Amino acid sequence: MPFIPHTAAETAAMLEAIGARSVDELFDEIPARLRSGPLAGVPEALTEHEIGRLMRERAAADGEFLTFVGAGAYEHHIPAAVWEIAGRGEFYTAYTPYQAEASQGTLQLLYEFQTMIAGLVGLDCANASLYDGASALAEAVLMAVRLHGRSRRVLIPETVHPLYRKVVQTIVSAQSITIDLVPMNAAGTTDAGGLARGLEGAAGLVIPQPNFLGCLEDVHAMTASARRAGALAIGLVNPVACALLAPPGEWGPGCDIAVGEGQPLGAPLSSGGPYFGFMACRREHVRQMPGRIVGRTVDVAGQEAYTLTLQAREQHIRRSRATSNICTNQGLLVTAATVHMALLGPEGLRRVAAASHANTAALRARLEAIPGVRAAFPDTPFFHEVVLRLPVPVPEVLRALEAQGILGGCALGEFYPALTDSLLVCATETKTETDIAHYAHHLERIVSKRRLDPPCAYKDDNPRSP
Amino acid sequence: MLIFERGAPGRVNAPQMPRPPAPPGDIPPALLRRAPPALPEVSELQVVRHYTRLSQRNFAIDTHFYPLGSCTMKYNPRAAHVAALLPGFANRHPLAPESTGQGLLACLFELQEMLKDVTGMRAVSLTPMAGAQGEFAGVAMIRAYHVARNDLERDEILIPKAAHGTNPATAAMCGYRVREIDVRADGDIDLAALDAAIGPKTAGLMLTNPSTLGVFDRHIEDIAQRVHAAGGLLYYDGANLNAILGQVKPGDMGFDVVHLNLHKTFATPHGGGGPGAGPVGVGERLLPFLPVPMVGESGGRYYWITEKTRPQSIGRLSAFAGNVGVLLRAYVYARLVGREGMARIAQYAALNANYLLGRLSRLGFEPAYPGRRAAHEFLLTLKGLKEDTGVTALDVAKRLLDKGYHAPTIYFPLMVPECLLIEPTETESRDEIDGFVAAMAEVLAEAKTTPELLKSAPHTLPVCRVDEVRAARELDLAWRAHPTKA
Repeated sequence: MPFIPHTAAETAAMLEAIGARSVDELFDEIPARLRSGPLAGVPEALTEHEIGRLMRERAAADGEFLTFVGAGAYEHHIPAAVWEIAGRGEFYTAYTPYQAEASQGTLQLLYEFQTMIAGLVGLDCANASLYDGASALAEAVLMAVRLHGRSRRVLIPETVHPLYRKVVQTIVSAQSITIDLVPMNAAGTTDAGGLARGLEGAAGLVIPQPNFLGCLEDVHAMTASARRAGALAIGLVNPVACALLAPPGEWGPGCDIAVGEGQPLGAPLSSGGPYFGFMACRREHVRQMPGRIVGRTVDVAGQEAYTLTLQAREQHIRRSRATSNICTNQGLLVTAATVHMALLGPEGLRRVAAASHANTAALRARLEAIPGVRAAFPDTPFFHEVVLRLPVPVPEVLRALEAQGILGGCALGEFYPALTDSLLVCATETKTETDIAHYAHHLERIVSKRRLDPPCAYKDDNPRSP
Repeated sequence: MLIFERGAPGRVNAPQMPRPPAPPGDIPPALLRRAPPALPEVSELQVVRHYTRLSQRNFAIDTHFYPLGSCTMKYNPRAAHVAALLPGFANRHPLAPESTGQGLLACLFELQEMLKDVTGMRAVSLTPMAGAQGEFAGVAMIRAYHVARNDLERDEILIPKAAHGTNPATAAMCGYRVREIDVRADGDIDLAALDAAIGPKTAGLMLTNPSTLGVFDRHIEDIAQRVHAAGGLLYYDGANLNAILGQVKPGDMGFDVVHLNLHKTFATPHGGGGPGAGPVGVGERLLPFLPVPMVGESGGRYYWITEKTRPQSIGRLSAFAGNVGVLLRAYVYARLVGREGMARIAQYAALNANYLLGRLSRLGFEPAYPGRRAAHEFLLTLKGLKEDTGVTALDVAKRLLDKGYHAPTIYFPLMVPECLLIEPTETESRDEIDGFVAAMAEVLAEAKTTPELLKSAPHTLPVCRVDEVRAARELDLAWRAHPTKA
């Protein structure tokens, strides 16, 4: 019996101790007519060898690609020690650390994580994480509305990740909160005029850095505008970028809340999850911050100790008046991220950020040199993604690149009608000069061929060398 | 000692660093960071040793019996972890085209199909990232259903007093007022109280069955009939699905929407607080409103179902497709357990719970709902013990830690004084349960003879009882660089 240790003799003895004739009798309080028959939709059990083989076949079928897609999930090197540690049973199979004395390992790690995140974004305190970047943004919007107290309207620039905007809409819409979109200008950043018009009477403003298109926003001016209008400034940042770029706590007068997607800190791409969202804020806002928070304290003997704190904000105490219904932190991913940040240190993380920027600059230069390909926002500073306009239909180019083992980027037409001819590309520190040259070679070939005559299939004569 | 205190300025891990890149001269200086972030500067060995040692300061399923009621702390098979980290799955970008994810999508589609059968629902969306997000999706769908029918007066959700705190918190997040329903002395819902609360304002009822009191509500059909007759919908909180897997389906009980906690019933790891996964299943009426994306199949090809073909969907709950890696682990677990194994899970969860309840009752512990079958968990109340000895549920919990057992859930549900909610799960052997009974017997004896031993417990853990009051009063949420005092 999979994962059930009982022998027939033990089962019989236990039933006898209970005073039941059969295991089935233990279900005699369930009305008999409701009892279900066999689960026709569940197949017969497999052995570990059989399911292992099936999974290996399926994983192999999904292939390995040279990835130039970013758009909210980024391929970075993950040190081997990260998942060796996070995969230890003592972390992997522990529950939420409600019993502090039996959870000092997880609790101290979370305290260290909170310290690292707070330092990275330049704010006073961080929580122990939320589900992912998009839902963290939604929680930040709700938090800003609670803190503001008078307005239920929050501004989100069009340059914020379009899928994040959808998630925010899903989560906040039932609470009669209005999300107003701030338009994008021709430079691929937030339109200052639109921002000024929208800010009056708003509870909060989301400020992305970098924004979804890779462009760097004028975060100092935006934060200052929010502050002047009495709106809370919510920084939406990439944690790796924070090692290189000015952190939200240092934007203009300083952001009130910072959130982001933690995936670049040690989480595999894994088709979208599990990742983790992080959230930090100024100390005066901490009682409105959702999610678990760990504090340092002492035990009765005066030794240093850690525990979950400010639990009066949470659902298991406050029920319908809680700051959020959330009762998860992405503990395992946060374990990985904490080890990841410790291994890289300030210089390692900065170098990952700078190398990703440099590689993207190199990629842009190589691709721009292809006739007909041009940067959509040539004069706007960027972090590690850029938008390229292509002279041929983007979906066809991506299909042709896929045939060569390359994931060429994120097609923007679905999200921005004005960018139907555009591709968002990313080259993190994992990409080499050879990788970039390989991409440029194929893109040039596809673009030039497609411009001459519409093909049915592309197949390179010289497959990529490793 | 904190990791920050182990470092030395300038210490780096060369193998983890990219080669020095060109300086980012094209980024305006005002947009660059001035001082490096306060991250630790430690060697790889220091990191590995520090976190390995920290891990040893934890209880975990792998090291300890964890009878934590309502949390279903069962064994997490390693085969699931290994499969989820196969390079083809772990390295796949969320926006990679469907053509590069047929293996993954096949797993997810088959998981949807299995969960449909297990819950008796018409369709399942896997995207919610935790139980509470599944709850949110469920109640948001109830709301969308009423709105689509232009039935706009319904602004109340009914919730039994014993419910998880997430239920009322979720209802509030979805813009509903909460009306609490009393529970009778035998643990079932008070039907008269339900009748008094139900009406044209009722949007729905959220229910866990078996309930958080550890008993199966015998009047579930009556309850469903009454809620439906009033025009409301029934929400099934799947926290306790482990108790009825393969025995009775929420859909057959009359529920319209269900969420599952895959980190409970489907043995994915708790990871010290997450990640979870909270798929939602729905009956006929809520089909159009399911959150996206979901996985569809046509002629052997798998594809994402998005808002394009689901215009009435409540929308997206995560940037991509939810906690895919957790879903893969649950899929592997479901395939390892198989059809007959599913039904056996509930059987042996019930066997272990009723056996443990019987043994503890005979020791003198007082069941909160005597005469009832335990589902997969049961409630004891230490009210009498506290009156006699001054020892509280918290003291018993802390003393159990000394004896090498994780504490049961304490003080939940809030309505039962000094309670312990105990769930052994099906993966524990009789020997392990007998060991726990022996520990409970010792604790009970100590409570009567040396109550101080309990009141000052734990004594053998890395720290003694933690001062939580001070933690909340003198907030210290980050080390030195950014200390916080409230």
